Amino acid sequence: MGELFQTLLQRPNFVVFVILFLWGIYIMAVHPNLVKKLIGLYIVQTSAIYFLVAFSAKDGATVPIILEGAAAVDPSIYANPLPHVLTVTAIVVQVATLGVSLALVSAIYRKFGTLDEDELMEKLK
Amino acid sequence: MTIEIPLLILLIMTAAGAILVKDLISAVFILGSYSFALALVWALLGAVDVAFVEAVVGAGLATVFFLLTLFRTTEKDRVICRPPVPWSAIIGLPLLGLLLLYGAGDLPVFGDPTSPASTVISPLYLENSIRQTGTPNVVTAVLMDYRSFDTFIETIVIFTAGIACALIMRKGDK
Repeated sequence: MGELFQTLLQRPNFVVFVILFLWGIYIMAVHPNLVKKLIGLYIVQTSAIYFLVAFSAKDGATVPIILEGAAAVDPSIYANPLPHVLTVTAIVVQVATLGVSLALVSAIYRKFGTLDEDELMEKLK
Repeated sequence: MTIEIPLLILLIMTAAGAILVKDLISAVFILGSYSFALALVWALLGAVDVAFVEAVVGAGLATVFFLLTLFRTTEKDRVICRPPVPWSAIIGLPLLGLLLLYGAGDLPVFGDPTSPASTVISPLYLENSIRQTGTPNVVTAVLMDYRSFDTFIETIVIFTAGIACALIMRKGDK
């Protein structure tokens, strides 16, 4: 048990990822309001992106922009750029899908007059 | 590392606020501040490009989308009696959390310069990108030169999302 605690203490980012991920999934599963479910979805998506970006950090490394005048580039002084590239794409796609789902929510409200899942199921019967 | 811990606590607290607050407009604004805290953490980790995108697209555009939806619908969360939490959520989610935390030992230590992610392929990009593309920012070089088709097709995804929004929100469609 103490060993596991020590392991987690060295990886605070991973613990934060687990907390945010589970919280988001919980609210998506339990809360009846559709907008609240989308807030949970947003938290899940950002936590996954956060997990990827946390891998790119190196101790004593700086922003991955090559300093001018260096003859040979030393990779150990720059953070790993590849997770940054992949997550920049992922954030934009995430917000695009969020826009589509919010449009669907507003269409549901226009047709049924409620955002509550239980009332919606009653009206659909 | 020491300045990061308060920011991580702020992150968890803003996420909790966005989830627990009853009023939906307040929840959306707290979600925007969550995005800004996330952008701060990323800037601290050296991911400035990701932090810019999160601050502009995540905190700005996503908040505007949420607010537009709330103005068109209702801002009240009208739940009088909450339904009981299902047993599958009570049992399944802590189990998933325990499994994830148990697997943490196999991940590299945070900030480890010898982790596989930072030693296998990324030094190649860091060493060669300025010679091959002439761009000092490696993230821009990879995004616009090495993976330009990926970025191009991503714009198609966003275009499709825009068309889908326009079709759903069409007027006079009952």
